[in-house]
Amino acid sequence: MAHLDAVLLARAQFAFTMGFHIVFPAFSIGLASYLAVLEGLWLATGRQVYLDLFKYWLKIFAVGFAMGVVSGVVMSYQFGTNWSVFSDKAGPVVGPLMAYEVMSAFFLEAGFLGVMLFGMGRVGKVLHYLATLLVAAGTLFSAFWILTVNSWMQTPAGYATNAQGQFVPADWWQIVFSPSFPYRFVHMVLAAYLTTGLVIGAVGAWHLLRGRRDQEGVRVMFGMAMGLVLVVAPLQIFAGDAHGLNTLEHQPAKVMAMEGHFESHPNGAPLVLFGLPDQDAATVRYKVEVPKLSSLILKHSLDAPLAGLDSVPRANWPPVPVVFWSFRIMVGLGFLMLGLGLFGLVARLKGKLADWRPLHLYALSMGPAGFVAVLAGWTTTEVGRQPFTVYGVLRTADSVSPLGAPAVAGSLAAFAAIYLAVFAAGVFYILRLMSALPHLGESGPSPAEPVRTAGLAPGPAITPGHGLQPGE
Amino acid sequence: MSLLPFDLPTIWAFIVAFAVFAYVVLDGFDLGVALLFPFCPERRDRDVMMNSVAPVWDGNETWLVLGGGGLFAAFPLAYAVLMPALYAPLIAMLLGLVLRGVAFEFRWRTERARPVWDIAFTGGSLVAALGQGIALGAVLQGVSVSGRAYAGGWWDWLSAFSLLTGAAVVCGYALLGATWLVMKTGGELQIRAQRLARPFALATLGFIVTVSLATPFLEEAYWQRWFAWPGIVLTVPVPLAVAGVALFLLRSLADAHDYKPFVLSLMLFFLCFVGLGVSIWPNIVPGRISIWQAAAPDESQVFVLVGTAILIPIILTYTAYAYWVFRGKVDPEHGYH
Repeated sequence: MAHLDAVLLARAQFAFTMGFHIVFPAFSIGLASYLAVLEGLWLATGRQVYLDLFKYWLKIFAVGFAMGVVSGVVMSYQFGTNWSVFSDKAGPVVGPLMAYEVMSAFFLEAGFLGVMLFGMGRVGKVLHYLATLLVAAGTLFSAFWILTVNSWMQTPAGYATNAQGQFVPADWWQIVFSPSFPYRFVHMVLAAYLTTGLVIGAVGAWHLLRGRRDQEGVRVMFGMAMGLVLVVAPLQIFAGDAHGLNTLEHQPAKVMAMEGHFESHPNGAPLVLFGLPDQDAATVRYKVEVPKLSSLILKHSLDAPLAGLDSVPRANWPPVPVVFWSFRIMVGLGFLMLGLGLFGLVARLKGKLADWRPLHLYALSMGPAGFVAVLAGWTTTEVGRQPFTVYGVLRTADSVSPLGAPAVAGSLAAFAAIYLAVFAAGVFYILRLMSALPHLGESGPSPAEPVRTAGLAPGPAITPGHGLQPGE
Repeated sequence: MSLLPFDLPTIWAFIVAFAVFAYVVLDGFDLGVALLFPFCPERRDRDVMMNSVAPVWDGNETWLVLGGGGLFAAFPLAYAVLMPALYAPLIAMLLGLVLRGVAFEFRWRTERARPVWDIAFTGGSLVAALGQGIALGAVLQGVSVSGRAYAGGWWDWLSAFSLLTGAAVVCGYALLGATWLVMKTGGELQIRAQRLARPFALATLGFIVTVSLATPFLEEAYWQRWFAWPGIVLTVPVPLAVAGVALFLLRSLADAHDYKPFVLSLMLFFLCFVGLGVSIWPNIVPGRISIWQAAAPDESQVFVLVGTAILIPIILTYTAYAYWVFRGKVDPEHGYH
């Protein structure tokens, strides 16, 4: 029992540190691409508003990126400190993938981000734009490699087992492109774009609600964000559905938990909209369901049989209530995003994008929705993988470090205390940057502040006279 | 057995060692500068001190991730044994690094809370340096291994020896920080840094001697390695070189030289690192696990080696470029402009 507690605490610690970390890369991936689009539009059209927006969001990007860096360093050690048996056994397969993740992140950080933040004054427009594009590509590379690790853990392939009980690589191609990887990668990158689009839309909506429709930057920002949500939200629903079908093929127990299907349904399974799953009683209480709809979604046939958790040994069940609810939160938010995109479309067609207050209130309230959906989605897929770390072949209880519960509990408390303080301050500073209006020369360079080559960029690196505006 | 004309685990041992050494000296002076904040209470001095490392600190810190990531990829067994063995000091180090990392950014974003972030900057750096030094001592004194896992308790790292190495690393980083400031600043601050560098240099040398005297008594293997033939051929030149570098260092400080003290301090660190390597080689967990036992299969090591061989030179070029751009003294009036 003491061992089980240590396992649960180790899982809680990983979930906590990972949950804090993931929101920053999710934001950075989308924002880096947005910055590349803004700079590209500026170069193509020469319109000042795009450059202003670029500089405005670059400051926010720098703070978010910094918090991603400090929380990311922690993650590279979490595997060894809390999951040492997993590290030993899976290290020959996932270690190299993680090393590639580190090197691509490192590469981006030590190099092109520095050039991007130096400003055009030093390297010229074309080289600067190249750096911006490479930073955007770098964030995608990072996502690529870390998702190969996660996907391999979900749907392991291309490996053999050696005499020491380690998973060893047999075919790197199969390892990198494991069965769930393409779906997970597309789903995550779209999620990052949506998350960023919703944040940008909310910032635009905030300034519009405060009566700043006279500001071109605010209108452009809001219009671009609504356009992105309109296009990406339906794509994401489509990608999520494809990902779900892939999961049904490779991890059926996870889908059973998502659907709340404790029983098998030989003649078409209902779609449970809501209910209270009871793991011990193996039933969903107070459920509201639509007959046969689940079979239609998952099997594209009303009467297709669907197996339930009763076909899976109980020892291999994931915690159903967590998976069931986190999945519904993600899907619910996804449809609210679709609604926002359509609302924005109607407003755009009527030429009222900058005028409709209900639209702005809706967009503002959806500002954090992307982050919540990302966390809920990761909860679904990670908790749904339980009770395994490497699905079907390595149990979570057999992966954990040989540490007592007090050690893990103590470090978890320390992480909680420091992360909450530090990230609350960081979010406060980011919100303060967002509450300023995007216009030219809003903050004069403060001579005391430093220029940085990488990672962190305060004002001077990107304000007129020191960066993008040579000669001012 | 291997189709390759060279020994992969040896190559990887040198790559990981290089990453760790790069981390120690590069982040060493960043952390060291923060450790000197209590000796420099004026806001203006602190601004300059922080500016002197601000452009490079997070590139420096990434070597720590590369060291950990390289260890995981190339020697997963060592990673799996050492991380739980060093649990408390490593977690403390990571949290310390979080605090000092965000302090770089947050300190400039607030007037009111600036003293708080100054404390976070110094306190976080102190905890990180102490954690690293304690981890070093804990590895040197030996960790208990059973099968393929760490077999000790979660307080095993704590000993008089690990506290000694912890203090030694803190002191050594302060020396790096002080000599860095001698090189990068001028005026009153430079004079203050020179005054600080001398006692930290003497204390660092004292720690080097003490740790060196204590190490052979930790394990029979160290004694054998150090004082028995042929190990003695390798071990004797190291202390002699340390003594030589120490003399030059003290003289360059007395001469108030600009960059020599920093370079000589780096050499001191390098010699200590070589000494450690000679003591531990070819083990990766001293006395327990060799680099060949810990190595991932060739397929894994080759797969990462390809990327490493391409990316590390590029990273080094960029790093060198960044230092070149920010060469010279920090201008207290205009930052770097």
